[in-house]
Amino acid sequence: MSSAVSAPPAIKTASARPRKTFYQRHESSIIGWGVIIVTLAIWQAFWAAGKISPLFMSGPSAIVKRFWDDLLHGHLLQDLAYSGKNFVIGFVLSVVLGVVLGVIIGWYKKVEMITAPFTSALYATPRVAMVPLIIIWFGIGMWSKVFIVFITAFFPVLINTIGGIRAIDRDLLKAARAFCATDRQIFMTLAIPGAVPFILTGVRQAVALGLIGVVVGEMFGGSEGIGFMVAYGGQTFATDTLFVGVLIIAFAGIILTAAAEALENRFSRWRPER
Amino acid sequence: MYAALGAHAVVFWVLPVISRETKLEVEHVFKRYWREKLDREVIALEDVSLSVPDGEFVAIVGPSGCGKTTLLNIVAGLLPYEEGRVAIAGKLVAGPGIDRAVVFQHSSLLPWRSIAGNVRYGMELQRRFNKATMTERTDRFIKMVGLAGFEKHFPSELSGGMQQRVNLARALAADPEVLLMDEPFAALDAQTREYMQTELLKIWTEARKTVVFITHQIDEAVYLADRVVVMSPRPGRIKEVFRVPFGRPRDISLKRDPKFLEIEDAIWQLVEERPERMNMGVR
Repeated sequence: MSSAVSAPPAIKTASARPRKTFYQRHESSIIGWGVIIVTLAIWQAFWAAGKISPLFMSGPSAIVKRFWDDLLHGHLLQDLAYSGKNFVIGFVLSVVLGVVLGVIIGWYKKVEMITAPFTSALYATPRVAMVPLIIIWFGIGMWSKVFIVFITAFFPVLINTIGGIRAIDRDLLKAARAFCATDRQIFMTLAIPGAVPFILTGVRQAVALGLIGVVVGEMFGGSEGIGFMVAYGGQTFATDTLFVGVLIIAFAGIILTAAAEALENRFSRWRPER
Repeated sequence: MYAALGAHAVVFWVLPVISRETKLEVEHVFKRYWREKLDREVIALEDVSLSVPDGEFVAIVGPSGCGKTTLLNIVAGLLPYEEGRVAIAGKLVAGPGIDRAVVFQHSSLLPWRSIAGNVRYGMELQRRFNKATMTERTDRFIKMVGLAGFEKHFPSELSGGMQQRVNLARALAADPEVLLMDEPFAALDAQTREYMQTELLKIWTEARKTVVFITHQIDEAVYLADRVVVMSPRPGRIKEVFRVPFGRPRDISLKRDPKFLEIEDAIWQLVEERPERMNMGVR
């Protein structure tokens, strides 16, 4: 002990990186997962003890069992494929049309003036309110669902693309002009690359809204898809089926949003750290 | 000592001025704006004339609102002018041209392009060189501004001083007859600014371009330039032109030379002497 006191100050120790314990490094995920596991355990305990009426609520084990049965013996896979197809077609249409129209509207002031009344009116209307009309137009088959996905996912892409094209940096524009840039060059080298992060933000929002669209669309009429599964489960008091549907939608939302976020980060790596 | 200075003076600026062709000519230029806020016309430039021979470094100083940036934008072809004549190497200015390049105060680099991509950008827009030449010049000027090794970096990864080097490389790579610089170091901290001034002189010695340099830092103007043009505001006009009697290369210690301080002081007094400043120029 006395030798430690007489030793010169341990500079090495002072400047070394402080060691963190495993818990300190993973605190937020440990707490997060812990809460989930504890909640599930309590829920399961109440369910197993028969304290929960299956008419109003289901339990974790029942939901897992229902999922497994539907997957192996029911038509969960067909429902999933049907909803997935509706979502993908509607979503791709909304991104393609949203970007193309957004670029045109954002670049040409006159086009913006002409389309502004329509876009503002439609943007302000909750798209779900138009579902009955869309069913009148397209019937209760697949294409009404595709159109509902399209109309819900289209606006965030459109609005963000218009904003991105508009948001040309004035300093960059001035510099480009000083180097004799033509309008075409400004469009290709400033407007389009500058709009990419905005467009990807629109795509991320479109993913979330498109999922709502596909579920709502399938709840109204039709006899297939995850949205139908949830609605049917509700009507027949099959809470376990209902929960399977809701969890699948939630899971799809998490995965697709994460993918869209990854894409967004990939294309804005030149941005300063936020 | 004086004899040596005199000899320098003859070799470095008296002789060249006599023999060189005029690169930039500004003759009796007027520029008026309509100011919505005041609902009246404001004279931004009044009868401005300036002639810059080939290879000369001219600095324009003056308080804000004296029209120095307006003048630069007119020479760059970014602003129209009502009266007078502006010509580069005898060719009348009507819009931006490949005979000029501008270094702006804000580095105005494309954030999604690498350093090499940004240096190339000016040449790409001007469509003057073929691909191989553009690549060769990109490399050459990145090296000249001392950024070799940073080609693949993005602007957001560079300091303000380095970004301005990229900006300078982009302008020089475009091979302009006249290089226009609009307060390029104004946004930098004092130390970086001094360092960049010395670097700029080094690069300029190598590139030998005619330079018009706008600044509100008087010591910067005197240190860098062959001539310092002092402008006064409302209406913006040229008040006086100082010839800087120092040879080159110049060391940063020149800023402490009594003769340097004397010139700086004389310019300060010209800039300060503005009674109309008090009533905000409303006459």
